[in-house]
Amino acid sequence: MTERPDSPHRPAGLSRRRLFGLLGAGTAGALAAGTAGGAIGRATAPDLATAAGATDAVPFVGAHQAGIVTPAQDRLHFVAFDVITDDRAELVGMLKAWTAAARRMTAGRDAGPVGAVAGSPYAPPDDTGEALGLAPSGLTLTVGFGPTLFTTADGADRFGLASRRPKPLAELPSFPGDAIEPAISGGDLCIQACANDPQVAVHAVRNLVRLGAGVVSVRWSQLGFGRTSSTSTGQATPRNLFGFKDGTNNLKAESDSALDRFVWVADGDPGGDWLAGGSYLVTRRIRMLIESWDTASLDEQERTIGRTKGTGAPRGQHGEFDPVDFTKQVDGEFAVPETSHVFLANPTNAGTAILRRGYSFVDGSDGLGRLDAGLFFIAYQRDPATGFVQVQRNLRADAMNEYIRHTSSAVFACPPGIRGADDWWGRALFSR
Amino acid sequence: MSLRDHRLALLPALALTALTAAACGGSGTGGTTTGADGSITVTAKDDSCDVGETELAAGRYSFEVTNSGGKVTEFYVYAEGDRVMAEVENIAPGLSRDLLVELPAGEYEATCKPGMVGDGIRSTLTVTGKAASLSEDESLARAATDYQRYVRSQTAALIDRTTAFVQAVKGGDVEGAKALYPVARGYWERIEPVAESFGDLDPKIDGRDGDQAEGEEFTGFHRIEQVLWETGDVSDMGPIADRLLTDVEEIVARADDTTLAPLQLANGAKALLDEVATGKITGEEERYSHTDLWDFAANLEGSQAAVQALRPYLQDADPDLVAEIDDRFASTEAELEQYRDGDGWMLHERLTDEQLRGLSDAITALTESVSRVAAVVAGR
Repeated sequence: MTERPDSPHRPAGLSRRRLFGLLGAGTAGALAAGTAGGAIGRATAPDLATAAGATDAVPFVGAHQAGIVTPAQDRLHFVAFDVITDDRAELVGMLKAWTAAARRMTAGRDAGPVGAVAGSPYAPPDDTGEALGLAPSGLTLTVGFGPTLFTTADGADRFGLASRRPKPLAELPSFPGDAIEPAISGGDLCIQACANDPQVAVHAVRNLVRLGAGVVSVRWSQLGFGRTSSTSTGQATPRNLFGFKDGTNNLKAESDSALDRFVWVADGDPGGDWLAGGSYLVTRRIRMLIESWDTASLDEQERTIGRTKGTGAPRGQHGEFDPVDFTKQVDGEFAVPETSHVFLANPTNAGTAILRRGYSFVDGSDGLGRLDAGLFFIAYQRDPATGFVQVQRNLRADAMNEYIRHTSSAVFACPPGIRGADDWWGRALFSR
Repeated sequence: MSLRDHRLALLPALALTALTAAACGGSGTGGTTTGADGSITVTAKDDSCDVGETELAAGRYSFEVTNSGGKVTEFYVYAEGDRVMAEVENIAPGLSRDLLVELPAGEYEATCKPGMVGDGIRSTLTVTGKAASLSEDESLARAATDYQRYVRSQTAALIDRTTAFVQAVKGGDVEGAKALYPVARGYWERIEPVAESFGDLDPKIDGRDGDQAEGEEFTGFHRIEQVLWETGDVSDMGPIADRLLTDVEEIVARADDTTLAPLQLANGAKALLDEVATGKITGEEERYSHTDLWDFAANLEGSQAAVQALRPYLQDADPDLVAEIDDRFASTEAELEQYRDGDGWMLHERLTDEQLRGLSDAITALTESVSRVAAVVAGR
């Protein structure tokens, strides 16, 4: 790996001079605060002050779906579905059954009303049983609706929903260097199951899949471990498989104003009639070219990320949460190279912010003896165009691109939270 | 119709008349109508199925089915949901067969299946009079005898087609044997839950390479399949073929005398769908011939026969489940129907992953529904 002090891939339209201007004028506002890491609403929000223990239940009911700003659990089972019926009533029936089962499972109970072992010996149990005796483990189940639920790829409006699709819910554009595999991308529906016990997450997905027989078919799924972002100030920043702390500058649950600005869909936004209080979910399976990375020098790794590997401090600083100083020079070079990931992805330079909630994955090896591993990237935002898409476009010169391949891509609209005992996933969308 | 067309159309009819006349000498139609309230003639052709009478009073009827077509045919009397009231399988061109069936008041469908595939050619039978009203116990007991009758119709055809297959193998007729192989196996696959209940014979007839216990020889259908499709040299298959027929005759003798309890029927219906999911969709069953979809269709039909035998009971006990099962059998059949190839099925290796996934989704949904039948039966 050669040093690239003056990368030819200078990001277009963003010079340091312009950056100074932005900072000097204080335009970036909340964004600049974001740069300072903990500066956004570091004060802990009251409802999160009593952050649940790793084995406790996370409330299923609320203004927003759990699993978005909920402090990121350790394990993920994500699944995307194709809807295989054209019957709207069947789809609605399944969403109601899913909601009922999710309500029970997130409370640490069996998926069905009878349970894994209490039913007729002649009937298949309505719960598969592998979570018997396990704690709720912080299980959250978050549902999302993909663009193809509203209009199929060949233009069919199967469920009379085409007119309800908010404009921002559109297939993501392709980005330079994408290696997207269609078979593990997209989907009409998704379920994000997060828990602190992997068996609890897998159990939840397995039982929802079963309830969906004849209505949905699993299109693709992904297991994840080791959350790679903290979504609460109460959490330490974890490391991803590059060995670096990831998510230091993430939006945090405690920063209400930033969440309202960047994560939650508002009443007046497109689709606000059913989506207000919800959020758009973008997933990207990002394979890391582990073997190349591991043989890169420490200096190359740190220049690629823009942070030191040990403390996670921005290069040129000392502490993890020290503000990134894009002007600081060391030995005549900028400490944070302008091709580094931190430089390009930082809210100040990306001009926006997203809530990241990714997980590491290792899907065995690739047949050539190399780990098939990386980051299953999950981001929540108020609008994908001004969220992930804007951030990703800004990353076209990212030095990290040499070490990653995006192999799967999907976008979903996640409706707001379940309001009460009779509410169900998608009620506002399907009730008209 | 042009003159030329008209003349061509006459030819097969003439030829068939001759065939029928010849066949009648051997087959005969007398005897079985004893005790019937009436007899109804059915003339089955490749594109028609003429039923002599379609408005009947409740009672016992003998259907005299003559195959005047060029394809092997089957004749069924279906009640609602394709519950088989009675059927004759494997009627060769030119042959006549009799079928005795008791019909309580209701709507039925008399159905010929030329080529033994698809929904067949149907006409409605309207039976008026006193509807049979059965107690739960009676309807469950009838389920067992209905299914036993189904098994016997299959086993008769199984012996017939296996005999023809074995003869082809022993005669060195490789192409003939290859054509007969999936047909004979279809009758086996439809009644597999019964056949599998004879644990000693099943592996000898249906074992795959590698299934044998130490010291056991690899025999049966799949042994011959391997040779037919891999080398095409069946010269040393004579003893294996003879043994296959002996084993099939043995298992048929036992199966004909077996009456499955209602709960076994319910579990058997589900087991057949599991067979589809684990062996046929994956292409594991017919690893040399790739005729897995023939088995798929047969397993599906056998499963449906078992469920439908229970239908009168289920209809009272859980009508919603019956409706769901009907719906899902129909979806699965429609999914499979896309892969029909003439009178048979496309080879498994020609299906894309996406197409196999469609079949798998349909079977998964159907299995979820059928898996609930046993508890309904047990909950009586």
